[in-house]
Amino acid sequence: MVRHKFVTVDPDKCVGCRICEYVCSLEKDKVFNPTRSRIRVIRIYPTTNASLTCRLCEDAPCVIACPRKALTQSEETGVIMVDDDLCNGCGWCIEACDFGAICLDPDKKVVRICDLCSNREGGPACVEWCPEEALEQTTKDILSQKARIGAVQRLVKAAETSKAA
Amino acid sequence: MNAYTGKILYVDLTSGRSKTGIFNEDFARAYIGGTGFGIKTLIDNQEPGIDPFDPQNPLIYAVGAASGTMVPCASSKFGVFAKSPASNLLGEAYSTGQWGAELRQAGYDIVVIKGKSPKPAYLWIDDESVQRMDASHLWGKTTWDTEETIRNDLGDQLIRVSAIGPAGEKLVRTACLLNDHFRAAGRTGLGAVAGSKNLKAVAVRGTHDVKVAQPEELRELCKDLYERCKGPATSKYRGLGTPANVLTLNAQGALPTRNYQSATFEGAETVSGEYLNEHFVTKIEGCTACPCRCEHIAEVREGPFKGAIARVEYEPTMAFGPYCGVDRLDAVIKAIEYCNLYGVDAISTGIVVGFGMECYERELITKEDTGGLELEFGNGEAMVEMVKKIALRKDVGDVLAEGVKRASEKIGRGSEHFAMHIKGVEVTGYELRGLKTCALGYAVSRRGADHQRHGSYGWDLGGKVDRFKADKGRGKLVMGDEDVYCIFDSMILCKFTRGIWDFDLIAKVYSLVTGIPMTGAELLKAGERMSNLARLYNVREGLTRKGDTLPPRIMKDPIPSGVAKGSYVNQEDLDILLDGYYEARGWTKEGVPKKEKLKELGLEAYANIAGKEES
Repeated sequence: MVRHKFVTVDPDKCVGCRICEYVCSLEKDKVFNPTRSRIRVIRIYPTTNASLTCRLCEDAPCVIACPRKALTQSEETGVIMVDDDLCNGCGWCIEACDFGAICLDPDKKVVRICDLCSNREGGPACVEWCPEEALEQTTKDILSQKARIGAVQRLVKAAETSKAA
Repeated sequence: MNAYTGKILYVDLTSGRSKTGIFNEDFARAYIGGTGFGIKTLIDNQEPGIDPFDPQNPLIYAVGAASGTMVPCASSKFGVFAKSPASNLLGEAYSTGQWGAELRQAGYDIVVIKGKSPKPAYLWIDDESVQRMDASHLWGKTTWDTEETIRNDLGDQLIRVSAIGPAGEKLVRTACLLNDHFRAAGRTGLGAVAGSKNLKAVAVRGTHDVKVAQPEELRELCKDLYERCKGPATSKYRGLGTPANVLTLNAQGALPTRNYQSATFEGAETVSGEYLNEHFVTKIEGCTACPCRCEHIAEVREGPFKGAIARVEYEPTMAFGPYCGVDRLDAVIKAIEYCNLYGVDAISTGIVVGFGMECYERELITKEDTGGLELEFGNGEAMVEMVKKIALRKDVGDVLAEGVKRASEKIGRGSEHFAMHIKGVEVTGYELRGLKTCALGYAVSRRGADHQRHGSYGWDLGGKVDRFKADKGRGKLVMGDEDVYCIFDSMILCKFTRGIWDFDLIAKVYSLVTGIPMTGAELLKAGERMSNLARLYNVREGLTRKGDTLPPRIMKDPIPSGVAKGSYVNQEDLDILLDGYYEARGWTKEGVPKKEKLKELGLEAYANIAGKEES
């Protein structure tokens, strides 16, 4: 599953503009409504901003939690698929998700989860539209690689600072 | 109609009851949204000549035509309207953040709040459910506490709150309504109108769809608009932000300093946008559906004001920096933070403090009056404390809380000469003595001293006219600026994006969003209609040509130094400017719209207001 790409955010870059929410609801439901968005922005005052959506967990807790087997995870992409005929909107998956990445469709009363805009050319709309380039579609392997590079850069910088001092 | 909800929520705070009214396409087309909706609703729902603190003075919220959509920088804006306790004329203020979009998602474009709650209350709009909630536990709380407490009480962190602080409760005439922590409907004292109704806040949560007429076409157009929003037309706001003006205006001799005693400030460097960004800005945030993001959040990390945090723009920086002779940004940030927490307009309140400082230096008020503060120009600590005293009406703060017009009338002894207000509303950050087109814009601005109704400083500072000379031609320029700004304030588009738009493009967006055919020329006509309706409102409430004036200091004391040295706007200048403006507008010499103008704009229903003056 290391190859599965999901949408992740850099909170340092995110400004909380919610454009991802707007384009998601437009892409999926042809309307503007953050309540329908599969990606959600959290702002914690004063200055913390981040967007969260499905992280394609291994042995996804939402799939395990579903009492009606309405959720399945794609082997190929890692995306959680919802069977609208089986889902009755009970919300156990919503509680099971640590990231608040599942929402309830206000009309159909079935759950909605990011599918990485699987039918859209060019991948997830939110990533393409994010004006700050704070969103990116990436794999967990690349994320850990980035973290390693960041750690080494900080180490080098600290060494240089202590040398200078 | 698409995008528009077509709904008006009427609330009677006295009984706690509410009802929903509707508006049709003709209304939408004629008044667009925002300022158009606000002015129209105010003139039609307010008994003429009413006292601003009368419970029947309607407090009106209105969103723009493109609210709740992805149109850049238009989603979350909203206007607040009422008869102003500062001017006794049109009260009008705008805010942004997230609140506006939420109101449209809840299903309303306009909210009209009348009456007075028997005890402190807040209004809770939860989609279709509208309730008057007890706010006894919120009375006396800061705006931030109020926002957080309401969210926690109701258990939903996405509730948006437009709240007053203690200043609004105490009817301070510079009181504002604050939302989303850092955004204020600041000007013309509307927080005091809410306070007079025992209304602590309006909390909104909306979950409905906003449907636009042509979503695919709008998306395609927005791609281009977003790119423009990230380009050179907005780079100032994304870069240093509006505080970049400090050094620009200082160099041009147009920076109001020490209560307008000077047009340049020797301490400008350390209150500049450059200094701010290098030493204090920790994060830049954006409003809903804004690809530009301009909110420069500044934090003080050390010293006596350690921990202070505020969103810093040019105007409050001017008001608490040069205007008070203060060259320390830590004090400026703290003063703005207090303005936000206690709920006062940071522009007007800074001007009031500057006025207090001049009174103190001229010994018109004493250390006893100030409760021990040495309220001298440059004293940052005293300035910060004074903000709190004004907001809480302590000591001489009780007098200053009335705004500089009423305070100077009370203090007397020549202080009227340097009470820097127009129509009872305090001046803003452009030194009018050497900016004569801009001076006209301020003199005729419908909400009192204001740069945001016209932006006419652009002609003067851009070198497109002789800034030191008055001629009749300026009237047409100011008129054009006002009508364009009406379009912006009705859509409601952020003025920081003004460089990316032209009329036809705005009209195109309007049509794609609402499905109502519109042209650039029709939009401009709608802008003119709003300007005229606002004038009719002000005439009805008692405004005459005499009210379109400037503070005595601007008309008598020349600028003492700098590139604008010697300049001022005398009565002759002002008369030339006003004559030119009234003529361009099709108004009488007294500044009243003529009947043929009203007919042209479809405002015949208001001919009785014009009739009085014209016969």
